[in-house]
Amino acid sequence: MFASDVAVVPREGEYKIKTVDLSLNYGATTALKRINLGIGAGEITALIGPSGCGKSSFLRSLNRMNDLIPAARFKGQIFFDGQDINSPRTDVVELRRRVGMVFQRPNPFPMSIFDNVAYGPRIHGMRSKQLLQSKVEEVLRAAALWDEVKTKLRHSALELSGGQQQRLCIARALAVDPEVLLMDEPASALDPISTAKVEELCTKLAKRYTIVIVTHNLQQAARISVRTAFFLNGELVEAGDTEGIFTNPQDKRTEDYITGRFG
Amino acid sequence: MVRNGFRSELDELQEDILKMGTKVETIIYESLKSLANGDLEMAKRLIAEDDAIDRMELEIEKKCLTMLALQAPLAGDLRVVGTALKLITDLERMADHAADIAKVTIRLDGQALIKPLIDLPRMAELARGMLRDALWAFTNRDAMVAMKVIRQDDEVDSLYKQVFRELLVLMIEETKNINQATQLLFVAHRLERIADHATNLGEWVHYMVTGVRKPLRASGVNPV
Repeated sequence: MFASDVAVVPREGEYKIKTVDLSLNYGATTALKRINLGIGAGEITALIGPSGCGKSSFLRSLNRMNDLIPAARFKGQIFFDGQDINSPRTDVVELRRRVGMVFQRPNPFPMSIFDNVAYGPRIHGMRSKQLLQSKVEEVLRAAALWDEVKTKLRHSALELSGGQQQRLCIARALAVDPEVLLMDEPASALDPISTAKVEELCTKLAKRYTIVIVTHNLQQAARISVRTAFFLNGELVEAGDTEGIFTNPQDKRTEDYITGRFG
Repeated sequence: MVRNGFRSELDELQEDILKMGTKVETIIYESLKSLANGDLEMAKRLIAEDDAIDRMELEIEKKCLTMLALQAPLAGDLRVVGTALKLITDLERMADHAADIAKVTIRLDGQALIKPLIDLPRMAELARGMLRDALWAFTNRDAMVAMKVIRQDDEVDSLYKQVFRELLVLMIEETKNINQATQLLFVAHRLERIADHATNLGEWVHYMVTGVRKPLRASGVNPV
């Protein structure tokens, strides 16, 4: 089955993001082949697949992070709330505000916890100290970190544990009021307790944000996502309800991957 | 991520289920034999055999739970382990019913039978055939054979109705038949239940193969 034949699951009109025949090359290397995938609004969509399958390339395409790679060449379209994000009229800074990103390794700035979170709002013009304070508290609470850091907001963010740093990065992403959060293996560098906290946080945030998460941890995808998309060799092999993908996948390649027969 | 160790654990699980299923098939056959021959020694042995089957269930259950905890199986593998957990429950109940039939042999204590046993062995033979087919379908991942098992339940149900009517007539005709006829009716009911459990096996194997769990027969209303 070719990617363009894959039925996307959410109903038309419920997509926050939709790709149409999205292909991506890095020079001579093909990273994505005609991907048609809808990302449901207010849901967690997990992207799974072996290393090099294209899932992170797909994720980075959604807020044009691949623009930073000179050899990257696109074909096809990506619609965000119905607008083609690759159109010349798109304000990339505004796009990345609306489509935030959390990376695999926590990457707090070498500054205080407060300043890490306030960084984005300041860049976007928020000057009032009172507003900044209230925004920092709001998003640290949303990221389930407030109680742990409220007495040390002026301390360096680098003093926090790995799990706390990752939640801080999530808070930092939330501080600019995004609509979508892209997460590239956000818990892969964390211990099981911190992982559980990040997963719980994702589930909580999904009530308000659309989340797309790349993960190598199949159990994590099964636990937190509503939809799952399986990528292989740059193709979207299968996308559907997570329950269906993990109990009764329709494509043998999906079955073989998630049951550990290859990968 | 290729998990050869887990693959061999799944093969072992399949073998365990087959061993348990074969034991259950034997105990069903022998329970009827003990009844037909009034063989009290065999009946006692079968009751002890049921305990061994109970232990097998516990061992397989433990293996399945360990696999779920340590291997976190998914997709087809998850359905195999989930189905195995359900199969052993039904197999254990089938053996319980066979042991109950052996207990009837003991209660009748060698008395001459009020009628030759014809339909009861037929019911037992059908139920055993269903069990054999379910195990075959399980081993060979065959949804068609699993469906055949499910359909065969109707034949056992209609034999049960027939036996019920026949024994009722014998009781009406002669009140001294009541005690034994009631016992034989009990046997027929156990066999009907054994077939119901075999049907469950068929339904679970069908799910395991197709991934679709849906009602495949009318609700289990008592056929009489």
